[in-house]
Amino acid sequence: MSERKSEISVEELRAGNQAEFSHLVDEYSGPIYGLALRMLGNASDAEDILQNTFLKAYQHLKEFEGRSSLSTWLYRIASNEALMLIRKRRPEINFSEDLPEDDDIRDYSPAQFTDWCCLPEEEFLSAESRAALDKAVQHLPETLRIVFILRDIQGLSIQETSATLNLTETAVKTRLLRARLRLREELSSYYDQRLAKQAGKD
Amino acid sequence: MLDHDQSKCQSLLGYLSDYVDGELDPELCSEIEQHLEGCHNCHIVVDTLRKTISLYHEILKDPADIPGGVRERLFRTLNLDDYTHH
Repeated sequence: MSERKSEISVEELRAGNQAEFSHLVDEYSGPIYGLALRMLGNASDAEDILQNTFLKAYQHLKEFEGRSSLSTWLYRIASNEALMLIRKRRPEINFSEDLPEDDDIRDYSPAQFTDWCCLPEEEFLSAESRAALDKAVQHLPETLRIVFILRDIQGLSIQETSATLNLTETAVKTRLLRARLRLREELSSYYDQRLAKQAGKD
Repeated sequence: MLDHDQSKCQSLLGYLSDYVDGELDPELCSEIEQHLEGCHNCHIVVDTLRKTISLYHEILKDPADIPGGVRERLFRTLNLDDYTHH
């Protein structure tokens, strides 16, 4: 989203120009829907997040001071909505899925050492492979998931991710590394099986 | 990572994100590269980490548009029906 050239006028938006607001919706609904879909894992929840994000944006336009970009502001609203919905859904006993204070990088030490990079390209493009990627993201704790989606799927910079989530850049980098290591581990298990199947075929 | 000095693999783990993003300072970068030359497992970890990141970026990157029905309901919710076709 950050790469797009937006010609949307904040002044017009704040003046209540509906046509301008509809441009804003068209420009950013794709990325916001994508973020919600990856965070929640289903289309119905993603649509709720999408609608709530733009409803809140509309209600709070007058408070938008332009200190961050419009995209950061929208991503922030959407991220908060997604995290709130996830936490609301979770049984109280597991309320905090946040990183424990004693979270140690050693807990993320690699255990899978299969080199699956050599699999044929069509293997990575299959529907099954895509589903495995989706599933692995869903398995991340949400505090890691949101950072990974913003930075590595949506392509925001570390600085933009940090501004969106109101986290320090160090915290973003810490979470990003953990998310990437977890995903690498899970994908390694999956592609290891695919390699074994391929070997069986040959 | 089991057949040699594991503490080195462990100590480099925290720098892997910056390394694959090309954001590590040159000194640490060459330290990692030197280690990778002699550590088969770390080599695999770095290669598959890079592949993991590129797969997510390429395959799950979102289409620019949302499904038609979703857009229609969104515009209706926002009372922007008049602008649906713009």
